[in-house]
This record gives sequence, C-alpha cells and structure tokens, in this order.
Amino acid sequence: MANIVKVGMADLNVCKSPEGITTLGLGSCVGICIRDPVAKVGGLAHAMLPDSRQIENNSNRAKFADTGIEDLVKKILAMGGRKGRLEAKIAGGAQMFAFQNKSDMVRVGERNVEASKRKLRELGIPLKAQDTGLNYGRTIVFYPETGDLVIRSAGKPEKTI
Amino acid sequence: MAENISFEKVTTEYYDVLKELGNIGAGNATTALAQMLQTKVDMKVPQVRLLDFKDVGVVMGGEEQLVVGIYLAVEGDITGSIMFILEQNAGKSLVSKLMGMPPSESGFSEIEISAMKEIGNIITGAYLNSLAQMTNLKMIPSVPDLNIDMLNAILSVPAIEFGIIGDQILLIQTVFTDDVDLNGYFILMPDLDSYSKMLGALGMPI
Repeated sequence: MANIVKVGMADLNVCKSPEGITTLGLGSCVGICIRDPVAKVGGLAHAMLPDSRQIENNSNRAKFADTGIEDLVKKILAMGGRKGRLEAKIAGGAQMFAFQNKSDMVRVGERNVEASKRKLRELGIPLKAQDTGLNYGRTIVFYPETGDLVIRSAGKPEKTI
Repeated sequence: MAENISFEKVTTEYYDVLKELGNIGAGNATTALAQMLQTKVDMKVPQVRLLDFKDVGVVMGGEEQLVVGIYLAVEGDITGSIMFILEQNAGKSLVSKLMGMPPSESGFSEIEISAMKEIGNIITGAYLNSLAQMTNLKMIPSVPDLNIDMLNAILSVPAIEFGIIGDQILLIQTVFTDDVDLNGYFILMPDLDSYSKMLGALGMPI
C-alpha cells in the first residue's frame, strides 16, 4: 500500500503519486481535493469556515475555504503542478444537527461548499465531482494518480467519485 | 472589546475557574445520572483541556470512532450552546440500564435514541444548573438534538464555533464509573459576550 498523508482539521497538505491523502470524519467542514493529472501531484484542504474576510482572527489560512484553496493551489504548483491542468473534487459540508443557532453557524456546511465552489471557479479550476450536504460524516481519501476520491461513512457502503 | 477575546489568551486563573466550573458541573451531572439509573455512579476528577483542532479527535480516542453527540442551545442571561459526547457503546450501555433491557444488536433503535436524548437532557441540564447556581445567571437549555456518527464529524460543529474566535477547543473530560468506565465529554460554547459575563459573575472580568 502506498503511503497516505493525513490532514487534520483546519489544515492542508500535498502529496505525490502513488501516495494518497486523507482526512478523517469531515462533518460540516469541507474537504477540497485538487490535483494535476499530468504531474500526478495533488493535495487536500480541510476547511472549517467559508470566508476569511468575515472573521477577524484569520491568521490560520487553512481554516477557511477561500484562503485554504489559494494556499493549496500554491503548494501544488510548487510541487510541479501547472495551473491550466488542475481539477478538483469536494466532499463534506454536512448539517450534523438540525439547529445551529449562531448566525455564523447557520447552514455552515452548505456555505462551506458554496464558498469552495466559488473560489474554484474564480481560479478557473473545474469541479469534477462532489459529495456534499446531508447529515452524516465522511472520511475521504484522494489519489492524485487516478483522481479517485474514496468516501467512507458510518453504516454506509464505501463509494468512489 | 468582546470580539478580541481569544482562548489562547485565557490566563491560568481563568483556566482554573473553567476547570472548577467543569468539576462542579460534572459532579452534578453524575448525581443526576445516578438518580436516573438508580445506581451508584462515581466520577473521576474531570480534566479540562485546551486542544488544537488537529489533536482533539486523537485525544478523545480516534477521529473515526462512533460517538453519540447531544447538542443543545442555551438561552437566558447566558446564550450559546453545549455539547455532550459519549462513545457509542457507553451510550448504548446507559440506555440499556435506563430501560432495563439488553441493547439492540447494531446502531440505535428509535426508542433507544429517545432514551439517549433524555439522558443527554438530564446530564446537560444538571451541568447547566450548577453553572447557573454558581454564577447566578439564568441558563435555559433547548430541546436536545442528537446525532451518532464519527467523532470528528460530530466535533466539527463545536470546532467551527471555536474556530470563529481561535484555533483551539476547550474540552471537559469526565469519566463516569458504574461497573465500567464511561468517557463523557462536555464542550461549552458560550457566545463571546456570555463568556465574559460568566467570568465576570465569578469575579474575574476579562
């Protein structure tokens, strides 16, 4: 088995084929996976909040979908990826509880997904697939070699998008 | 200015107060649990820890382990939310004791879920009550909401709330013991202005 790089909450990292990259138990957070299919390098960002500009304490750039994606792309380019070739898949953004009472928390999963898509569009990176929303957690493993994104959830069959 | 409060800046003194709040709250919760189960329940001294997001799942026993998360909103003088997290099997064992019947084979049945909600309600209610008494502030819990899923997925909700102000999460770990050790975790998420109100009521204004 090839080595799998682990990414924590509010964190991001990159890997090179045949390595894969994973993050465990995405809930309302969103996992953004980007790869260059030619250079076979890629990475994953585990973002908690949609927009760094709405939060005063925004020094941890990986925490936000907008700045997390920017930094992830920079890292992939530094590893030999090329801008015009990048493609993305995203997963997560669930609503784990029916009520989330704070204004910052309302539909935060959905807003994380929207913000990720917006940023990808802005950077001209096509979104190849997504598995988002609903009310359950997802562990994801992304392989820059094939672009496969494997998704595991509690009590559900594993799927690949 | 309330917006500038960062949990990283919580001094040792505040930390001790939160620890004490954790202690008393968990003590009350244990008593309530014992009454509900009509059995003796002991509690180890709770541990209060400030953890980085990436570490919290590991510290709590693994990011993917199945847990019960019970989440309530708090209204009154203090607003915010509280979460109680219990490992799935510990939850099932509590439910089976409460109902006097063996746990279902896999997952939670409808009735087990409603019993679990009730347990969560009583434990968090007892917890909030002791905080309310100590601070003399009114705290009214909402109806609990429950989900059973991977730890990190459940944790993402309080982590995001903490993420709005900082990069760490404050965790109160309580070990209840009846015949086995049950690990329970409380996560208090007072709104920013409530946080200072609570500490102010304890004579330590921010």
